[in-house]
Amino acid sequence: MTLKISDLSYEERVQEGIENDFMRQAVASAQGRFRSGRETRAEEIGNWEDWRALGEEIRRHTLNNLDYYLEQLSDEVSKRGGHVFFAEKAEDANAYIQDIVKKKKAKKVVKSKSMVTEEIGLNQALEEVGADVVESDLGEWILQLDDDPPSHIVTPALHKNKEQIRETFAKKRGYTKSEKPEELALFAREQLREEFLSCDIGITGCNFAVAESGAITFVTNEGNARMVTTIPDTQITVMGMERIVPTWEELDILVSLLTRAAVGQKITSYVTAITGTRLAGETDGPEEFHLVIVDNGRSKILGTEFQSTLHCIRCAACINVCPVYRHIGGHAYNSIYPGPIGAVLSPLLDGYESHQELPYASTLCGACTEVCPVKIPLHELLILHRKKMVEEEKMSPKLEQLAMKGYAKWASNAAAYKMGAALARPALKPWIRQETIKKGPGPLKEWTVNRDFPAPAKETFRAWFKKRNKEAPHHDEDL
Amino acid sequence: MKVSLFITCMCDIFSPHVGKHTVELLERFGCEVDFPSQQTCCGQPAFNSGYLTESKVAMKQMMRAFKDAEYVVGPSGSCVGMIREYPKIFAHDPEWREEAEKLASKSYEITQFLVNVLGVKDVGSTFEGKVTYHPSCHMTRILGVKNEPITLLKHIKGIELKELPIKEDCCGFGGTFAVKNSVISSEMASEKSEHVSETEAEYLVGGDMACLMNIGGRMQREGKKVKTLHITEILNHRE
Repeated sequence: MTLKISDLSYEERVQEGIENDFMRQAVASAQGRFRSGRETRAEEIGNWEDWRALGEEIRRHTLNNLDYYLEQLSDEVSKRGGHVFFAEKAEDANAYIQDIVKKKKAKKVVKSKSMVTEEIGLNQALEEVGADVVESDLGEWILQLDDDPPSHIVTPALHKNKEQIRETFAKKRGYTKSEKPEELALFAREQLREEFLSCDIGITGCNFAVAESGAITFVTNEGNARMVTTIPDTQITVMGMERIVPTWEELDILVSLLTRAAVGQKITSYVTAITGTRLAGETDGPEEFHLVIVDNGRSKILGTEFQSTLHCIRCAACINVCPVYRHIGGHAYNSIYPGPIGAVLSPLLDGYESHQELPYASTLCGACTEVCPVKIPLHELLILHRKKMVEEEKMSPKLEQLAMKGYAKWASNAAAYKMGAALARPALKPWIRQETIKKGPGPLKEWTVNRDFPAPAKETFRAWFKKRNKEAPHHDEDL
Repeated sequence: MKVSLFITCMCDIFSPHVGKHTVELLERFGCEVDFPSQQTCCGQPAFNSGYLTESKVAMKQMMRAFKDAEYVVGPSGSCVGMIREYPKIFAHDPEWREEAEKLASKSYEITQFLVNVLGVKDVGSTFEGKVTYHPSCHMTRILGVKNEPITLLKHIKGIELKELPIKEDCCGFGGTFAVKNSVISSEMASEKSEHVSETEAEYLVGGDMACLMNIGGRMQREGKKVKTLHITEILNHRE
């Protein structure tokens, strides 16, 4: 299993992102919209910080008692005629779902948006057993037509503009009209309607499962999850094992946080709850319902210093405020989970080796931590990753290790510090022109590619202060 | 009131004038300022890079240096913010936990100290010019100092304050990020520089020399005439 979406190197992906002017404009404008939306909603609700604290408390309680709630959920789903499958690994989940497809002789599977199915690579697994897979979330459908990975966890096609979408529709589906969003959306609606009507199995993700009743809930704006769960006789829901709430009461709090934090809406167009199969005397619901609960590395995070990562409710608020994401876009992270949460989560699920640049792809500005509706200390977890990579995995560059050893000697001894501080200027002297360094040596080389660097001052502060006290010992006269 | 100046290694080496302005400001409001000469660096460069062991020896040096201080005041939200994190870092260290808590609870960033401890809103200074203020990330988010600098700047006679667009966005410094991810870092600095230009300000003011060095370094490379000033330079400005 891998969360990776590309074979390019980190530097290549970053460069590609930075050179993609259109993407950067799209991201900047989306960030602007999402940020002001979130802020407006937070202000309107008044005690937003209390809500966040409650959200955190609910998530922590649930995770601390995850075994209990998973069992309860499983019992409740079974009671209502559903089948529950615990998948330890991605392959286990895929194999189980492949089996259902084979048994049902299903030709077409329609999906609603789900990050966990991206994570486990379900689409490919379904294609392997001959099923035609159709994504029905508009953004996901566009990306599927274009064979392009998502760049954002809520608005996956954020990096595409309407002209590009028109082109994709024209090339892949014979679209002939303009790039007007209304016309594009109408076309997608017509196309997708056919898919809904002709599909054999519906597959959904899950925003939250309610343990007390075995209900699966979806928070959407397009209503496609309702089509996916209404038309086909067989419904499969795939959920990460942490996406659970104890009761409807906690669901209320978390959905209230989610829609506000994610898109600045009080509520989305659709919040849907589906409970079990069609029982005797009921008029709707699927004939067969499968709940696939995916671990895929999550249980390894439980009980560690990284447990709060599993608080995540996938709102992407951290992505929407991230100044690094703003410039490089989602694809540069080379994980289906981009942005700050992706930088924390991807190495946990997929290992440091595969994502070693991500913990460093942050200035630690803390904007992510500040907005997270369930208070995940994202920037602190990034530092924790760095610490693990340095101290346990021994992955940091040798030169950096040496530099840091030198730093420790320098900063733990005032005499060594004083000498080092005084030597900074003479050491850099060959590169100083008019108190500026335009082309620096060593680590300054990277800095000075695009920025000037100041020369160390002629006299350190401490030297000045010492002199001043000697010259005017009674400078602290009353004022 | 006795105040021990925490100069920060950056100001000590690159911007001693910021230290001078800080001392003068504190003295102007009746503080007796000393400079514990055993101080070095707060440990942040190592801490943020994941070198916890190396950062802790620096932190211990700082705790020893300021052991007898009544108040510790520094001209940087980021470095003071680091000190405020010491209790978390030494929470399970019986030998240093108490010292960490003591130092954290008596440490202040200069504008925070002026406004919240000394109760000053108007420092009585004059500064003629168009100024925009960049609120540094660690100052606002780690230390929680958001309004204090603005309160002080608003009371300066002659100043014309211009709001910086998307001011809360990081300038791209981020310590070693500026070098390790220099490509992204300078893109971030460029956008900040554009925003500064949009305000038509003549001066960019901030409370952290590291951010100013980054944005200023970019603006200088672009040939812009905007000057960067540490907030103490304006607060201590007399006509």
